[in-house]
Amino acid sequence: MQQEILRVNQISKLFGPGAEQGVNLLEQGYSKERLAKEKNLTVGVNRVSLEIREGEIFVIMGLSGSGKSTLVRMLNRLIEPTGGEVLFHGRDLRKMSKSELREVRRKSISMVFQKFALFPHRTVLENVEYGLEVQRVAKSERRSQALSSLELVGLKGWEDRYPDQLSGGMQQRVGLARALANDPEILLMDEAFSALDPLIRRDMQDELVELQDKMKKTIVFITHDLDEALRIGDRIALMKDGELIQIGTPEEMLTQPADRYVERFIEDVDLSKVLTASRVMRRPETVTLDRGPRVALELMRERGISNLFVIDRAKRLLGVITAEDASQILKSGGGLQDILITDGPCVSPDTLLNELFEVTSSARVPLAVVDDQQRLLGVIVRGAVLGALAGEVNSKKEVGEHELLA
Amino acid sequence: MSFLPKLPIANGIELAVDWMEDHLGPLFGAISEVIETIVNFFSNIFLFPHPLIFIAIIGVLAYFIGKWKLSLFTIIGFLLIDNLGYWQETMSTLGLVITSGLISILLGIPIGIACAYSKTTNRIIAPLLDFMQTMPAFVYLLPAVTFFSLGVVPGVIASVIFAIPPTIRLTHLGIKQVSGELTEASDAFGSTSWQKLIKVELPLAMPTMMAGVNQTIMLSLSMVVIASMIGAQGIGATVYRAVTQLKIGQGFEAGLAVVVLAIVLDRFTQNLFKSNKRSV
Repeated sequence: MQQEILRVNQISKLFGPGAEQGVNLLEQGYSKERLAKEKNLTVGVNRVSLEIREGEIFVIMGLSGSGKSTLVRMLNRLIEPTGGEVLFHGRDLRKMSKSELREVRRKSISMVFQKFALFPHRTVLENVEYGLEVQRVAKSERRSQALSSLELVGLKGWEDRYPDQLSGGMQQRVGLARALANDPEILLMDEAFSALDPLIRRDMQDELVELQDKMKKTIVFITHDLDEALRIGDRIALMKDGELIQIGTPEEMLTQPADRYVERFIEDVDLSKVLTASRVMRRPETVTLDRGPRVALELMRERGISNLFVIDRAKRLLGVITAEDASQILKSGGGLQDILITDGPCVSPDTLLNELFEVTSSARVPLAVVDDQQRLLGVIVRGAVLGALAGEVNSKKEVGEHELLA
Repeated sequence: MSFLPKLPIANGIELAVDWMEDHLGPLFGAISEVIETIVNFFSNIFLFPHPLIFIAIIGVLAYFIGKWKLSLFTIIGFLLIDNLGYWQETMSTLGLVITSGLISILLGIPIGIACAYSKTTNRIIAPLLDFMQTMPAFVYLLPAVTFFSLGVVPGVIASVIFAIPPTIRLTHLGIKQVSGELTEASDAFGSTSWQKLIKVELPLAMPTMMAGVNQTIMLSLSMVVIASMIGAQGIGATVYRAVTQLKIGQGFEAGLAVVVLAIVLDRFTQNLFKSNKRSV
């Protein structure tokens, strides 16, 4: 388990007169509606607690008005929380002095904004330098750091342009480079890709994951887009009306939704982009190479299948044989190695279902799932892929509904 | 309303002015001295070289600020003023305008920033500005004369009061207009308030602020003629004399000199910013 880097305890944000007192009322069980009616207070974030671990991409997801942007701004106190704690390495940000807080913002927690928020009067390089400049880092040093940060996001050679000369995707790369330039531990990304075209957004998501792999930053990513959350998130927190509904891995969210709201939220998810091969694979029928064709045929007849995977003693996949070939070789004489198909398709267990479609539809033998040592883990038949997409994985939900009927 | 006695506003104001005259005399004297020095400093600089040399220098400057069109206009306009024989007057007017413009900017920009940062300040300043802009300008002249006696100094003071509002208002507006995202970004990277102001807000507010400065300079020029009524020397005095003596031709000539000066000042202040800063 990775170490915790940022912890939020019972954090709330209320807007209106006497907001501090409103937090107590919330704790006494006042509803938001009652607070709004009687005390004229609006609840932006309602006693949220969560912990973010070092090196993970933590996605906070919710529709607009769910309080996610307010929540992320309380993580660096751009918005002052009304109640609760924000512990960064165990130190409460709310108890810090102005200069201590500035130090954290300068060195440890950077931010990337939805509409990029680049300074239009500064060149790309000057934008990226900004965070170092306010720390009074020497000019030559901040220049070289900014340049390497720009190189990291693939914008080498653009440093003397102005932001409005760049496309949206490039502008957000500048935003990312600016946030990375002071080498922070945590990157807060507030709907960072929402303003981009879908295709560019996908590229940026991939690059972000890649970058994170390389640099091991902790990323808190805000989004309203479930697909995005599922693509990049190691863990996802779903918010609604200022409250935290569920935290979990993408798969947990899909397979064990906490309540009807989460279910409805994930209803329209393209499962093929989320579920992996390991989720739909079945136990493979195997035979070792030293058996004869007769044994192989007998096995297939018994199981009612038309092909078999051939493995060695270490369970490594050698190839696949079909019943047709086996009966031929039985007549002409020979061993299994003569009919072994070695170029059959294999995928890793992490492959997404939408990538499987192509492979399964063009292959004449079933798909083998192997780990990185070529050990056979399972088999995927076309029907299983379609079944998974039809919602068979949501078995828990179905059980729930049957119980209701009974 | 006859059951109410007339409110003694006029009496009150006069009492206040008397009191200030009695107790703040030395202060007014010092201010007067400083302003007079500045005005003389500028007028002397403008009058020091031969008019033709001065015109040549201004022409070159105009070329850098607004290309050959502005340069040509400036040279022809100033030659005309020299030819008509109003050189001396025009230069002292220029000194007066630049002094009051400078004072307005030096006071107006910080006040504008204060208004942008503090709602309370703005709540106090905003009605004051309305008052200053709508009160007939002549009314300032009397207290100005009371405190600073006749001459160029009360002229500058009256000009500053009359001309400072646009600088304050547009500085305030310019800073308010800076998008919240950008100030938020500046905060998020750990800027101090001062760094945020200098590195983000002022540069982005600059075009709007410059529009205010331009207006301020135009307004102080327009105050010049009025200020001549209390003895401020310069082209305004010539206009005023011509009008009171019904010399239509002379009045028109002197008025023309004011117009030329106005156009040159306007184009200079407008282009100064555009030419050396990338437009945002």
